[in-house]
Amino acid sequence: MVTAVTNFGRSGVADWLVQRVGGVILLLWLCFAGAILLGNPDLGYQEWKAVFEATWVRIFSLAALLSLAAHAWVGLWCTLTDYITPRLIGAHANLLRGVLVLVCIATLFIYVVWGIQIIWGI
Amino acid sequence: MLQVSLYRYNPETDSEPFMQDLEVDTGGRDLMVLDVLEMIKASDPSVTFRRSCREGVCGSDGVNMNGKNGLACITPLSETVRNNKLVVRPLPGLPVVRDLVVDLELFYQQYEKIEPYLQNHNPAPAIERLQSPEERAKLDGLYECILCACCSTSCPSFWWNPERFIGPAGLLQSYRFLADSRDTATEERLAKLDDPYSVFRCHGIQNCVSVCPKGLNPTQAIGKVRNLLLQRAT
Repeated sequence: MVTAVTNFGRSGVADWLVQRVGGVILLLWLCFAGAILLGNPDLGYQEWKAVFEATWVRIFSLAALLSLAAHAWVGLWCTLTDYITPRLIGAHANLLRGVLVLVCIATLFIYVVWGIQIIWGI
Repeated sequence: MLQVSLYRYNPETDSEPFMQDLEVDTGGRDLMVLDVLEMIKASDPSVTFRRSCREGVCGSDGVNMNGKNGLACITPLSETVRNNKLVVRPLPGLPVVRDLVVDLELFYQQYEKIEPYLQNHNPAPAIERLQSPEERAKLDGLYECILCACCSTSCPSFWWNPERFIGPAGLLQSYRFLADSRDTATEERLAKLDDPYSVFRCHGIQNCVSVCPKGLNPTQAIGKVRNLLLQRAT
């Protein structure tokens, strides 16, 4: 078994499942949002606000937001551990990857908090 | 005359690898790539490559021909040559020992990790452990692997993480033992694979399937290993 401290799940199955389940939630949310946009050509802020006043829409949107963050995290972690390695770019790779991992975590955290603010603030 | 571009590197004399351009008279015959390499070696004995059975059984002469991995001994020129040009390089992603010979240490380390031998915790029977024809059939498409390394060295995930990702060859062999009705170490085998690297670095791009000279499907085997891991975890 290969361990990796920066991988939150510490399990390939968990990461794989999170991406797949998250992908399905994202697809459903995109269909939902797409249907609203396509079904209401004259959609304005008031109509959009009315949709998001329903608690289930906010919970659904939060699930989509968290799915997006989890999906992005697994993908970015994979990409960073593929390309930012001592094998490919030399001895300073681990330090650089550590910094980039922190940047990714901070960015995703900010987007999630900001997204929650937006969903509940519409 | 066939135009051949051959990867050359002798670490004792060359500061870096280079491509050597050669012309080979094939007499218009549809030779195997290995025959061409042998003709080149006859005129320049310093050209180095591995070979043994010359019939696709030993897996020694895996090389990269015009960008695609394969066994030189069973790859006819008509299958690989385009515009009368043949470019032969070593298998990608592994350290080059000399010319077309690569160091397969990392490949074998991954193979060793999956414990490629039958493990059975029950007392040995008097004669042999029997299998039904159906149980035996589950090993078809798995046992035929000759460990030529064409698949693993065509896999970008193996290029990036050869110390951590087991690679298509090792995972095909892993499933060969997971699928074997006589093997009772399924839980121990799966426990050693449940991390973010060993199996899950496979993103299913199927380079391994397109290059396997034995026509095997490592991606499918990896999918079955993944399903077993999922069943174990849920």
